[in-house]
Amino acid sequence: MTSPPERAQQERELQELEQELARLEPVAMEVPELGARVQALRARAEALREALWRAPTAWQVVQAARHPQRPKLGDYLTRVFTDVVELHGDRLFGDDPAMFCGLARLDGQPVAVVGHHKGKDTRENVSRRWGMPNPEGYRKAVRVMRLAEKLGLPVVSLVDTPAAYPGIEAEERGQAEAIARSILAMVELRCPVVVAITGEGGSGGALAIGVGDRVLMMQYAIYSVIPPEGCAAILWRDAGRKEEAAAALKLTAQDLLELGVVDEVVPEPLGGAHLDTDQAAAALQEALVRHLREVQALAPQERQHRRYDKYRRMGRFQVELGPSAAGP
Amino acid sequence: MLNWLRRPKYESVERRDIPAGLWAKCPRCAQLVYRKELERNLKVCPKCGYHHRLSGPERLRLLVDEGTFEEWDPDLASLDPLEFPEYAERYRQAVQRTGRREAVLTGRGRVGGVQTAVAVLDFDFLGGSMGSVVGEKVARVFERAVDLRVPVVTCSASGGARMQEGVLSLMQLAKTVAAVSRLHAAGLPFVSVLCDPTTGGVTASFAMLGDVHVAEPGALIGFAGARVIEQTIRQKLPEGFQTAEFLLRCGLVDLIVPRHELKETVARLLRLLGADRGEVSFDQPA
Repeated sequence: MTSPPERAQQERELQELEQELARLEPVAMEVPELGARVQALRARAEALREALWRAPTAWQVVQAARHPQRPKLGDYLTRVFTDVVELHGDRLFGDDPAMFCGLARLDGQPVAVVGHHKGKDTRENVSRRWGMPNPEGYRKAVRVMRLAEKLGLPVVSLVDTPAAYPGIEAEERGQAEAIARSILAMVELRCPVVVAITGEGGSGGALAIGVGDRVLMMQYAIYSVIPPEGCAAILWRDAGRKEEAAAALKLTAQDLLELGVVDEVVPEPLGGAHLDTDQAAAALQEALVRHLREVQALAPQERQHRRYDKYRRMGRFQVELGPSAAGP
Repeated sequence: MLNWLRRPKYESVERRDIPAGLWAKCPRCAQLVYRKELERNLKVCPKCGYHHRLSGPERLRLLVDEGTFEEWDPDLASLDPLEFPEYAERYRQAVQRTGRREAVLTGRGRVGGVQTAVAVLDFDFLGGSMGSVVGEKVARVFERAVDLRVPVVTCSASGGARMQEGVLSLMQLAKTVAAVSRLHAAGLPFVSVLCDPTTGGVTASFAMLGDVHVAEPGALIGFAGARVIEQTIRQKLPEGFQTAEFLLRCGLVDLIVPRHELKETVARLLRLLGADRGEVSFDQPA
């Protein structure tokens, strides 16, 4: 295991190499003499990436999940689905650009898609509130999921949000109620529901569209009840200890697989999906299609029953007889 | 069983210029109130009407008819599934301080004569936070209510999901909501009482799925914490933001009921919601 300072050093070096390569590679096309040098740099970068990502720290994974170039909903919509039609509005208040809802085909089959809609750049992110929905976003999702239920279409949900939007209007319009209703809708749906956490699974804002027959998680996605920064601030009154907090929260895909919260980890290119979006999307598509087939094979009642049981069993506790005195 | 007078509260009166225990200083109007008078007044300030927070046992005593309460699952205790820093110690302290194993009291009893399944969150126990045990006990309340054909009343007072159990706490939102759906499907009523404070994951799950939402005057009720909102939007929050009165204006709660009328109002609601049709009584085995 490499020590933290060593790791930081390696990360810096890798970053510098990547910048150098980005600069040299186009030039090398014209100047063949540079070829050997570029090759050497590439090999060094690969070795570093391998060393850094063989056993990544929780904080590394947090950074990958939040990487600005990490594929967003838009990247997956075009690669995983075909024939995408976006549906707008909750029919109650308005349309929330932070929540995508629509119809599409997955492996040729019509499905309803819901998902947090982070933007590709700052401008798009400002207009989409960095994928943090308001109540009308969740209510739109419920509307479209109910539509899917009516038509017997499966629901595919892609989760990637820092949180439900914390704002005055969000509270006025019932953010908590909207989230609770969305969770309720997903518990009750008679149609198949497959969820994939593709980036940030930010607490209730993520879970609101994160209840399903199967919950998949991308290898470097995170899912947590609180951001590491907030956790560190509460625990140690020091948001700077976010790296320790990230480890304590057990928020990586592997952690959640072990805790029984997710059903499968979808592999990403070493170092993060942003290094090869096509490869990440192909893995996601393969997993979605496979799990959807499995849950579609079940009778609706059986499916609902199993979904109930799945969530009913979540959590760990003990039965302790006698007067209460002991602890965990 | 539950003694209102047992535990002296409110740090403000522990200062040495005030005889400890005898007088309480109201956090709102800052007036000194004779503690016994405050207790007699159900911990509502006689001067300004401020509703002091109640512990779980106090709330239960307020709501459930004397001698009718039968507790469920008092033996469920937390584990430390994440081996989270300081959790074991903080949990142990909470158990020692309260003499209870978790942040929720559940069971069955009569509310103004109406047979009811009850869950009362206890803010005194780790801020009423919902981890695996709270989620499990609340879920069982809804499931047993279906078996018994009785309504559910929950009284929420919680900072939200319990950070120390990580995403397992988050999953309790889904677990409790799933159980609520069973009650809905069974056509049984659910009255959710929102007490000070009800925030985060508890608000975003069963507490906001009542057929009727009753709030106590002045109670803080919301999803996101005030500080998080202020940091995000970089502006001050308006006066009275996230209070029961604010939620009433926003259409999120049905009624605000002063503590003296809470039990009677909940019982009336339960009857109006058809809860006294009583297909099955507690006297019959479930």
